[in-house]
Amino acid sequence: MAEAMTTTAAPPKPVQEKAPEHRSPARLAWRRFRRDRTGVFAGIVVALFFVAGLGAPLIAKLYGKDPYTTYGQNQSGLLDDFGYPTGRFGGMSSQFWLGVEPELGRDVFTQLLYGIRTSLLIALAIVLLITMAGTLIGLVAGYFGGWVDYALSRVIDVVLCFPSTLFFVAFIPIVTTRFVAPNQQTPTWLIATLLILVLSAFGWPTTARLLRGQTLSLRDREFVQAARVMGVHPMRVLLRELLPNLWTPILISASLNVPAYVTTEAALSYLGAGMIEPTPDWGRMIHRGAEVYNADFTYMLFPGLAMLIFVLAFNLLGDSVRDALDPKSNR
Amino acid sequence: MTTTTTDTPPLLEAVGLTKDFPVRGAGRRRALLRAVDGVDLTVRAGESLGVVGESGCGKSTMGRLLTRLLEPSEGRLTFAGQDITHASRRRLAPIRSRIQMVFQDPYASLNPRQTVGAIISTPLEVHGITPPSGRAARVQELLETVGLNPEHANRFPHEFSGGQRQRIGIARALALEPDVIVADEPVSALDVSIQAQVVNLMQRLQRERGIAFVFIAHDLAVVRHFSQRVMVMYLGAVVESGTREQLYDSPRHPYTRALLSAVPEPDPRRAADAAAARVPLTGDVPSPLDPPSGCRFRTRCPKAAAICAQERPTLVDAGDGHLTACHFPEEG
Ligand SMILES: Nc1ncnc2c1ncn2[C@@H]1O[C@H](COP(=O)(O)OP(=O)(O)O)[C@@H](O)[C@H]1O
Ligand code: SF4
Ligand SMILES: [Mg+2]
Repeated sequence: MAEAMTTTAAPPKPVQEKAPEHRSPARLAWRRFRRDRTGVFAGIVVALFFVAGLGAPLIAKLYGKDPYTTYGQNQSGLLDDFGYPTGRFGGMSSQFWLGVEPELGRDVFTQLLYGIRTSLLIALAIVLLITMAGTLIGLVAGYFGGWVDYALSRVIDVVLCFPSTLFFVAFIPIVTTRFVAPNQQTPTWLIATLLILVLSAFGWPTTARLLRGQTLSLRDREFVQAARVMGVHPMRVLLRELLPNLWTPILISASLNVPAYVTTEAALSYLGAGMIEPTPDWGRMIHRGAEVYNADFTYMLFPGLAMLIFVLAFNLLGDSVRDALDPKSNR
Repeated sequence: MTTTTTDTPPLLEAVGLTKDFPVRGAGRRRALLRAVDGVDLTVRAGESLGVVGESGCGKSTMGRLLTRLLEPSEGRLTFAGQDITHASRRRLAPIRSRIQMVFQDPYASLNPRQTVGAIISTPLEVHGITPPSGRAARVQELLETVGLNPEHANRFPHEFSGGQRQRIGIARALALEPDVIVADEPVSALDVSIQAQVVNLMQRLQRERGIAFVFIAHDLAVVRHFSQRVMVMYLGAVVESGTREQLYDSPRHPYTRALLSAVPEPDPRRAADAAAARVPLTGDVPSPLDPPSGCRFRTRCPKAAAICAQERPTLVDAGDGHLTACHFPEEG
């Protein structure tokens, strides 16, 4: 019988050096992703936005302008008597690639780059916090169940049904006036911190709920039971057995959250509850564009178009990432 | 294989082991589902106990009670004389290395994100065991023991077939050199041709290493040449138990006879007899939420009489340790 056993074992094959790595689930997902043309294209577009936003200071330096200087007021001939750009298409020229801002006469190109940077950094910080908190809370609620789950689920329910947008618009200006004397400028870092904390505080429940459900469906899988039979500590079960199997929903929810929070941050700035002058901001640019679009449509066009492309590309990328990680879902 | 004697102390002993699950019954009322109902059993060192019953009879729940993945609602469970019925995770820790489990679904029982080497060395890590030759060498040795290529330790589960995965699960269970392995339908999900190989592997481990097995199966054929003692379960309770010979040669409970008649008779001289005595099982197992009164099996029993609906039969010893719970047991 023992002989019979050994003959059924796979015969020893010459092992190729890199073979095992190629077949890890992550490698397989990467291979599937690379075959998805739309996904790769969307990925490149998203990467360009990241380079443009995060590399804004460097690009501005090479380009030779900054988003604060009022070129139109310092240099005559750029703005007309009403404060609108004299050149066609919002004053686009080889010097000012995307034109100049009406009235203040700042450079639109660097303003957009820095605006993307502000919105993107704030959105990324929020998504990072939301993903970490949501994952942890969802894992704990789903795995431990019982009263822990009951309590956390009630908190999730309460936070989810809170009218958060209304709250931000009302709350953020009040807090800033509390912290800052009326005759002083509100520092950018204060607004940024406030935005990040408040939006994260209301944002984690969606991720937590998703992860809770996913954890529930994994909890009774036999490999988790096997870990428990071996006496694995519950924390290790969470981190080593469950978490690696949850990267797909975590990545998907994060990839949906980034464009959602870029637009939320922009919307709040648009409503006057976010970034204020002179900090360049994507949403505030669109707000200003909406005020002047009758006379200077270009100033509205570029920030708006950029945001449209960004959100679209990010969502397409998110879809492709999901298909690559979870090939069964698109059948 | 007659090493089982009554004077070796039992490794695992259950008395009146019961598990109730709170469930939402009809009309959203909270109800209790009794999945395991007062089971007594003993497992001695090195022996193999077979547990047989249709799907839904509470076999998995019993296996999970024995490994203390679940906490019993009633009854008592001891391991090597130590009461572990309600032991906490911390108190169970030292015992965890001595009771292991092999699971039914080879596709769900291995973490898809870990390499086979990581999976098999997890128990070693958790219990802080570093063999003199190192953990990696121990993993390779274990893979070889279960008939797999030791060089495949850095592969992922999805690169293996069902039978190979089940061997990996067995290697993981072996890593801590346990005294008992509870195998919950370890071959039910495999092709028939592969089933025999995996059963043979476990049989070899039982013989060569003296590991005791609780081998759960849904048909009597798989257990036949592996278990010295067999227990038949129906709706959470034991209806018949005895030695392999007692059960296969002279089954006394109608349910056991029905299960046996589903098994092809290997001996051609007795095949005609077997065909004549065939009592096919009809209908489904009743819901454990609303079990029949009296004898649980009466809704499907060809011999059911009036008393069967009124009085629940208790397990009665025929004198030779052969227990049957039936008002009208078969003789011989
Ligand atoms: N966690 C649970 N909650 C509620 N009911 C359960 C649970 N686990 C098992 N059951 C019920 O207990 C009964 C026995 O199930 P199980 O032990 O899986 O049987 P088997 O392994 O013999 O097929 C079934 O009716 C099943 O629905
Ligand atoms: S007690 Fe009655 S119903 Fe139950 S198995 Fe025996 S004969 Fe059948
Ligand atoms: Mg089962």
